[in-house]
Amino acid sequence: MKLHEYQSKQIFARYGIPIPKGKVAATAEEAKQIAEELCSRVVIKSQVLVGSRGKAGGIRLAKTPEYAEQVASQILAMEIQGLPVRKVLVDEAANIEKEIYLGMTNDRAARAPVMMASAAGGVDIEEVARVNPDQIIKVHIDPLLGLRDYQSRDIAASIDLPREMWRMFGQIANGLWRAYSDCDATLAEINPLVITAKNQLLALDGKMIVDDNSLFRHPDLAEMRDLDVEEPTEIEARKYGLSFIKLNGDIGCMVNGAGLAMTTMDIIKLFGGEPANFLDIGGGATADKVAAALRIILSDANVKAVLFNIFGGITRGDEVARGILAALDEVKTEVPMVIRLVGTNAEEGREILAKANMITATTLSEAARMAVAVASGGQVE
Amino acid sequence: MSILIDKHTRLLVQGITGNEGLFHTRQMLAYGTTIVAGVTPGKGGEWVLNGKIPVFDSVRIAVEATGANTSVIFVPARYAPDAIFEAVDAGITLIVCITEGIPVQDMMRVRKYIEQGDVRLIGPNCPGLLTPGECKVGIIPGDIAIPGNIGIISRSGTLTYEVLYALMLENMGVSTCVGIGGDPINGTNFIDCLSMFEDDPYTDQVILIGEIGGTDEEKAADYIAAHMTKPVVSFIAGQTAPPGKRMGHAGAIVEGGSGLAVNKIKALEAAGVKVAAHPEEIPGLL
Repeated sequence: MKLHEYQSKQIFARYGIPIPKGKVAATAEEAKQIAEELCSRVVIKSQVLVGSRGKAGGIRLAKTPEYAEQVASQILAMEIQGLPVRKVLVDEAANIEKEIYLGMTNDRAARAPVMMASAAGGVDIEEVARVNPDQIIKVHIDPLLGLRDYQSRDIAASIDLPREMWRMFGQIANGLWRAYSDCDATLAEINPLVITAKNQLLALDGKMIVDDNSLFRHPDLAEMRDLDVEEPTEIEARKYGLSFIKLNGDIGCMVNGAGLAMTTMDIIKLFGGEPANFLDIGGGATADKVAAALRIILSDANVKAVLFNIFGGITRGDEVARGILAALDEVKTEVPMVIRLVGTNAEEGREILAKANMITATTLSEAARMAVAVASGGQVE
Repeated sequence: MSILIDKHTRLLVQGITGNEGLFHTRQMLAYGTTIVAGVTPGKGGEWVLNGKIPVFDSVRIAVEATGANTSVIFVPARYAPDAIFEAVDAGITLIVCITEGIPVQDMMRVRKYIEQGDVRLIGPNCPGLLTPGECKVGIIPGDIAIPGNIGIISRSGTLTYEVLYALMLENMGVSTCVGIGGDPINGTNFIDCLSMFEDDPYTDQVILIGEIGGTDEEKAADYIAAHMTKPVVSFIAGQTAPPGKRMGHAGAIVEGGSGLAVNKIKALEAAGVKVAAHPEEIPGLL
């Protein structure tokens, strides 16, 4: 789950990381008021969860409160990469001497947190990583010990920070580590961290991504979720504990297990069809969950057939079958269904479905071929 | 015959009194697994399944009383890391964690902790282990595999069942099936299992079932080219997965051009591995 810049920076501030004075505004008048309170030049920054806001014209400087109001009203009317700008951050403008990069993330391959820093800040860090990987310093952190002071000093020295700034940098690095760790972030990034004309360090921009699996212990962060970036069907799916991703094809898929769900998409494509979605109904699927899954799949008007591929393990076949029937009672549909059921309690499940006259298949390739045939208006022998 | 588990396994079930824990304890017992104890804090002294299995308050007490050497964890995600630490501290040497949804940072701490001791963790977010005809630890349905000489390693759950089932229909048997799990950070990886299968006299060939996300398949390919004398066949799920989206498994995501199915397939083929177009094609490649 991505957090907005203003949310990330508020969290950073709680961990002692200096951020510019500023406030978030939902209207142009509010933006003007904030600019008046700050008594300085301000930067008006659109709060949308995409990169390159600056290039899109979503970050602009304003010298007077009146101009801030005008700029804010223009930015608040924008859409950036399809996302509406609902809020702007009004920050005191800083006098920048130098821009650096500082970030914390999970290094999957090293199975450890990694702190990354670069003297080349303020630009797209992935681009730096691609073109000039040597310019990025990486320091792995022991997850049981946390960031050591010597590590922050090493980083400061590696990015050629003047010695008199090491202590200040150490506090920021430590704050970033603790923010990342306490919030279960998968990314916590300051880009740029600037050296101001007064030789102070300041986190001008902030970005955080929080591990969705950790939200049970972060109810405050869970409330910050911005639903604009998500498909309505994906939001609905999450309510039922389903993992759903909308795609552009016409064969709906309901599968138990993520690997099998991907495989089902792949085999549909292999046999000449196009999957309409990824959907994993997960382990221990109840009738309710299956019914909800079917409603979500059928809410896509492109869907011309639905392929159920259920291989019993944790998920019991009879429960799935009852779920399918309960869902069909509720969601009347003409869309043909191809159902493949194998594994724990599958026989009971197949019996239940056979009584309801559903198309059933035994192997995956057979099921995929049938689904591709019925989706293109063909018949199944 | 097998790796990791066999008829000498003495299993303990953490979270035995929960719905899934109890359901699968019954299934494992019916398969013939020796289950000596269950653990649910606060329920010590009770018995489950008509007095067949005693329940203890802690893993330490259960190990002292029963000599359990392997643990399977059916504890919800928020308690599962603690359950793993408890099993490690009680001296269990093989821990199989079925639980899905453990936060990544918890797993980094778990992983670091287990590296300091002599313990193997399988999973989390995995279906567990099956040595057909001998022992089942986890949730793999027992009736879809027969004993034989094929070793299986997989990041997936039900996709693995699919492969087992396809093998059984061709009358092909399995030495041990290892579900290593779909999380980005797990206890045991492809290379660990490849090396165990290479050393196991009862395994003749190996099936490696991977998916998008990370670079473990590419590393496995390097290992296969350098160290494996036994043939390896593979299948990689997620060729049609859109980039930037997490495909159900926490670890199944294509990020910044890394983790693509096509790169994994290329690396495996370059290492001499036959890669199937779909799972039902696998038996024909063995």
